[in-house]
Amino acid sequence: MTTLDLTIPAAPRHAAIWPAGLAGAVFWAAAAAITWVWPAPDDWPYTVELAIVMALLAVALGVAGLGGRLAGPRLRRLGPWAIALALIFGSWELVTAKLGLLPRPFFAPPQALLEVYLDDWRRLGESALHSLALLGSGYLIGSALGFATGVAIGWSQAIGYWVHPVLRLIGPLPATAWLPIAFFAFPTSGSASVFLIALATGFPATILTWSGIASVNRAYYDIARTLGASPSFLVFKVAIPGAMPHVFVGLFMGLGASFSVLIIAEMLGVKAGLGWYLTWAQGWAAYANMYGALLVMAAICSGLITLLFRVRDHLLAWQKGLVKW
Amino acid sequence: MVTALQVDQVSHRFELSGKPLPVLDDVGFQVAPGEFVALLGPSGCGKSTLLRLAAGLEAPSAGAVLADGRPVDRPDPSRILVFQDPTLYPWRTVYDNVALGLEARGTLKRERHRVDDALRLVGLDGFAAALPHQLSGGMAQRAALARALVNEPSLLLLDEPLGKLDSLTRLTMQSELVALWQRSGFTALLVTHDIEEALFMASRVIVFSDRPARVKAEIVNDLPYPRHRGDPLLAERRREVLSIMGLDATW
Repeated sequence: MTTLDLTIPAAPRHAAIWPAGLAGAVFWAAAAAITWVWPAPDDWPYTVELAIVMALLAVALGVAGLGGRLAGPRLRRLGPWAIALALIFGSWELVTAKLGLLPRPFFAPPQALLEVYLDDWRRLGESALHSLALLGSGYLIGSALGFATGVAIGWSQAIGYWVHPVLRLIGPLPATAWLPIAFFAFPTSGSASVFLIALATGFPATILTWSGIASVNRAYYDIARTLGASPSFLVFKVAIPGAMPHVFVGLFMGLGASFSVLIIAEMLGVKAGLGWYLTWAQGWAAYANMYGALLVMAAICSGLITLLFRVRDHLLAWQKGLVKW
Repeated sequence: MVTALQVDQVSHRFELSGKPLPVLDDVGFQVAPGEFVALLGPSGCGKSTLLRLAAGLEAPSAGAVLADGRPVDRPDPSRILVFQDPTLYPWRTVYDNVALGLEARGTLKRERHRVDDALRLVGLDGFAAALPHQLSGGMAQRAALARALVNEPSLLLLDEPLGKLDSLTRLTMQSELVALWQRSGFTALLVTHDIEEALFMASRVIVFSDRPARVKAEIVNDLPYPRHRGDPLLAERRREVLSIMGLDATW
């Protein structure tokens, strides 16, 4: 009799040499050499520092590549990316600082980005913290209210009768359409922004929570009722846990919507935050600062979504086949 | 003597796109305490509705349902319904699913041992921490049985509980259910469209007509337990039931 072996073969014992790591080291060393040695028409600050960072990367990869045991499977997975990034940064340096093929000042070389982070980290960090605080309060208020509203209209027909038409009319309106009214009606631009972010988050959270409650298998309620469950048990132990997969879709959509409202609010009214930093940098034609801020923004948004997915994976561990973020 | 369940001239109808759809037509029968009664009839004839009425999940359009002499007007943990689908809560482990009734009534802290007892009774004591999607169909249905039995119901309402299992698991579970019934002493009301299943398990079989369901015949099936599937008396009764249902031409 033959048996089908479906087990994944055990990872091979790490070879003494990690070829992709060595290749990465070579490419980063080349990028460092181009940055350091190649004469540039302009004297960009932090060129040497950039070359040092690149060289350090090359050394680290070289060490890991030669002493293959140092490179675990997680690091090994990054090998192709290490090579690709060396190529990207090397050619970026070439076409901007060295050859000047791209129009200035719109295209800044990598050392200009380094300059932004090393010289302007305080203002950039403060802006990021401001953005996070604004986003956090708006998002938490919006998702809490949206969740509560979704449960209420999913559960009570009387509440649904009154809330549903309002939701249908107001909900699809982009939250940014409220911007002029909000900045006029709220005492501070900060509170107006919290309101707008909460609005943008609340709508998808409400709709998806509601649909989650509505999609819970009717038999689950029958079972709980025959077992002697109270109405509050039906809400908190049957309806809400059953609705959670939908709720997280709503929270995810709400998070995406909240990012865009945050940035627009900061560009148009709030005198702090990454959105404000972007317009400020544009005003000074400081394009490197804009790219720097965009990169920070991307890291924050991606980090927040990762955090949300972590929470979801933890709470919905009972589900099969979750998407890995 | 008080009957465990008394169904008195019950008629019931649903609204289907504005038109009344009668499903039960003047149905009446009684079940004595500790009896195992099978309700046999074609698919979709209204037998399952009868169980929902007996569980108190719905009220009949006409007539009365009494359990232990009292009218059934709401669900109660003494009468528990087991569905064709195990309908375990997918977000709860097997243990927490079985503990559902005790938790809902707030007695879980005092009666934790009953959950373990119920799991042992259905042979799932090693699977307390498993999630429903990790169970096979038969195991899931066993967990659903344990979830019902942990409440020590006096009346167990079984709505084709073995209908979706593969045929081998089904035969095993038939014997297991009968053994559980004999050991625990509850009254069992089993809805099925499988004649052999009804005759193998029940001490009395009530045969229903097509929708709207009416009682066509009652067959006392007083063979001693444990029964044997090859028993010629069972074959004889099977033929009898088939002729009542008008299906004996192909026998």
